[in-house]
Amino acid sequence: MVTPSALVFADVTKSFKRKDGKIIALDGVSFSIQTGSVTGLIGPDGAGKSTLMRLAATLLQPDNGQVTVMNLAGDSQAVAVKSAMGYMPQRFGLYEDLSVAENLALYADLQGLPVATRPARYAELTKMTGLAPFMSRLAGKLSGGMKQKLGLACALLRSPQLLLLDEPTVGVDPVSRRELWQIVYQQVAAGMSVLLSTAYLDEAERCDQVILLHQGKVLGQGPPEEFSQALRGRIYRVTSAGYSSRRLQALLSHAPGVVDALVDGDAARLVMATTTLPDAQTLLPADARTSVSILPVEPRFEDAFVARLKVAPAGRQSPLSMGKAAKVPKNSADAVIVVRDLVRRFGDFTAVNRVSFSVQRGEVFGLLGANGAGKSTTFRMLCGLLPASSGQVSVVGQDLRRSAPGARRHIGYMAQKFSLYGDLSVMQNLRFFSSAYGLRGAHQAARIEWAIETFELETYLNANSGSLPQGYKQRLAFAAALMHEPEILFLDEPTSGVDPLARREFWVQTNALAEAGVTVLVTTHFMDEANYCDRLVIMAAGEVLAEGTPEQLKARARTKAQPEPTMEDAFIHLVEGHHEAAA
Amino acid sequence: MSSASRMRLRGIIRKESLQILRDPSSIAIAFIMPVVLLYLFGYGVSLDARNIPVGIVIEQPDTASDALAGAFDQSPFFKPRRFDAIQAARQALDTRDIQGIIWLRSNFSSRLFSGQEAPISVIVNGVDSNQANITRGYIEGAWLAWLGHFAAAQGRPLPLPVVLEQRVWFNAELSSQLFLVPGLIAIVMTLIGSLLTAMVVAREWERGTMEALMATPLHMGEMLAGKLIPYFVLGMGGMLFSVALAVWQFHVPLRGSFWVLLVSSALFMLVALSIGLLISVVAKNQYVAGLVAIITAFLPAFILSGFLFDIHSMPTVVQWLTHLIPARYFVALLQTLFLAGDVWPVVLTNLGALALMLVFFTLVVWRKTGSGLDD
Repeated sequence: MVTPSALVFADVTKSFKRKDGKIIALDGVSFSIQTGSVTGLIGPDGAGKSTLMRLAATLLQPDNGQVTVMNLAGDSQAVAVKSAMGYMPQRFGLYEDLSVAENLALYADLQGLPVATRPARYAELTKMTGLAPFMSRLAGKLSGGMKQKLGLACALLRSPQLLLLDEPTVGVDPVSRRELWQIVYQQVAAGMSVLLSTAYLDEAERCDQVILLHQGKVLGQGPPEEFSQALRGRIYRVTSAGYSSRRLQALLSHAPGVVDALVDGDAARLVMATTTLPDAQTLLPADARTSVSILPVEPRFEDAFVARLKVAPAGRQSPLSMGKAAKVPKNSADAVIVVRDLVRRFGDFTAVNRVSFSVQRGEVFGLLGANGAGKSTTFRMLCGLLPASSGQVSVVGQDLRRSAPGARRHIGYMAQKFSLYGDLSVMQNLRFFSSAYGLRGAHQAARIEWAIETFELETYLNANSGSLPQGYKQRLAFAAALMHEPEILFLDEPTSGVDPLARREFWVQTNALAEAGVTVLVTTHFMDEANYCDRLVIMAAGEVLAEGTPEQLKARARTKAQPEPTMEDAFIHLVEGHHEAAA
Repeated sequence: MSSASRMRLRGIIRKESLQILRDPSSIAIAFIMPVVLLYLFGYGVSLDARNIPVGIVIEQPDTASDALAGAFDQSPFFKPRRFDAIQAARQALDTRDIQGIIWLRSNFSSRLFSGQEAPISVIVNGVDSNQANITRGYIEGAWLAWLGHFAAAQGRPLPLPVVLEQRVWFNAELSSQLFLVPGLIAIVMTLIGSLLTAMVVAREWERGTMEALMATPLHMGEMLAGKLIPYFVLGMGGMLFSVALAVWQFHVPLRGSFWVLLVSSALFMLVALSIGLLISVVAKNQYVAGLVAIITAFLPAFILSGFLFDIHSMPTVVQWLTHLIPARYFVALLQTLFLAGDVWPVVLTNLGALALMLVFFTLVVWRKTGSGLDD
């Protein structure tokens, strides 16, 4: 009997041997995906997404259970499977020192594409991906979005029946992401089946089916609406005249019956445990109840994700206490960070082009943009790690590159990838970072105690930080940056590679810091995280495209067809407008 | 071989060749490294003792002592300096201005002519024991030569029952250049075969391209062959280039057959490549692969192959150890083929050893690569 399934996992278990024992990556996973559909594989970091993808591609063999691809057995017919599917690994699998045409030719050879049909197929694919003008350019010189499309073109060369894409959109700009989805839909319309893994929850809504993976187990499978509809009547948007969205969020996250609360622009978004309409009386203290509005809103996939995975309501019951920083008066007229006409060139490449913005005390200020937009370069110049080619930078009135090292005492810096000492334990890391900031004796002990308590590091104190789960690494790095109670925090891609739940937790802490008067400058490539910022700039190709509050930026993209634009819509709107202006 | 398989193999070979051509470091290792190494070892490093600075202390100059000093003056091995007193000479030895002292006391001539024993004191700086031995040997040679002349001039036979008649074969000039340069070819080929190969395969793991390759119908054998062939060609190119430099630039004689040299090199190249592949399978990032290749392949080839240090003068345990170093057999082959000729027993024994090693490493690589992503 021929089943209509493109891919079937039957009770698949896969484990890996490690020095400190066995890690079970997948545990009794069963599902099947329909021919001619897009299935999204969604789960936090370390859920087993990549292992599942590799098993589907027959790069790995399961310990137990059976993988069937297009009715071919994954073990005994692996070669036939490989001829029938296309696979794009993370980072696209391209040779950066080969040109676009040479990469295509290599994969055409490997997939056995007949030579006679190649010119027509190349023309078709490069037209679809927009790569036609760049055939002789080295793949390493392509932008992230173009690399992604070239990787996709290589996987599509032989029109596979099943296309496997492992996190194809990580760090890629929203315009390219959208284009990738268009190509995927075209392929599906032509009868191809697609399995795609992603850490972006908003992409789930673009799939026909979603498989939710958590800790190696399938938590659910179905159309994305099915997940979100289950939460209908449990999602509310709360605003209060006298309270900032951040204060509201902090209050509401510990209110009875609330599963999750997050800042959503100028409001707080609530996920409730039941469908009963929440009541301001039970949710909020008396002084916050004036002119409160609590409106039911449409559930999103993200709400469903959080509701399913968040077992206990926020582990941290006490709000973050920030010590000294809390005493800094909040004065909105006081610009702590001023950047004017900042330029940075590397050879003939301009990474940052005349960037200007200023950040007020106590603000959460975001630099939003895709990988390669110039965020990190701007950041390094602000922290004094990189000299500017021209323009001015001042942090609390000083250029950190020229000022005395003492000026850095006011600054906390959390670098990309967290820069911890992987071979030191959590405790040793805390001791090192606190003493590096000049903390001694009882004060040091008190701060370490604070960090352990606030970030719940107790259970991992003696574990090497290199072996921590990603979310805990982030907590530890965050704690290290806060040891000396800085007034200004620089956070460079703090949420990259961290799963959605840990990301939310991080933002809760950041909001608490801002509430306490700490100025936070943060970079991110997650468009939805812009909603957590007071103000932000959108960057692309080294330039600032727009500056404003999240609401202002979203309002720019508001049209009749799009009454409720997301930050991603706003971003695309801005980038397209910029291109038109340039043309 | 099916046409699809041929197509895949061709694809990999073309890809590797393009990458070699675009990567300046591969070309540098194959063609610039040999030049640097050959010139460095050919001209810079010398194991020969020539122009050794020695001090001659003559407390009472006369014809006999002048004749002895003259023997040192004329020797190509010494650059003598005259001292009047031992104190000054000792000072020069302390500051390493001279390597040794030949000390003729004031009564040297009178004792010599009166037929008594006329001792010559020889002091050698023993810090570098090798250099000290060579210096002592040459000093002995020089005064033996002088003694011969002296006896002839006196009309007396030399009172020595045994006379040494030396012949140095194969490297009659005792030039270390002739000895070092052929061995360098083994070093260059080890670098290309093991270091370069280990690094390029590790790079594929690092950049995630290996995963993409493995998801295509490409067979492991095709991938290995596709990787090996371009590097084999590169290595042989480096070898031919080094041979050309050795023969025409350094005038090292090639006494054996060129074809035997070619076959030996090809076999060694395959062994070096299989070691490189093995390293890259174990170490999946370039840094570790590079370190492992240098420690397990390059350094042993340098130190334990007999290229620089004579294997017979190593401790027995270390001598056994050298049998595990493929470069040892290749260096023996190179030195024999260049300086002695086609000495078949030597050539066949060493070729046999290399062939055994090739079989061993190929089997290990084959077993190991199967595991792929699983670890």
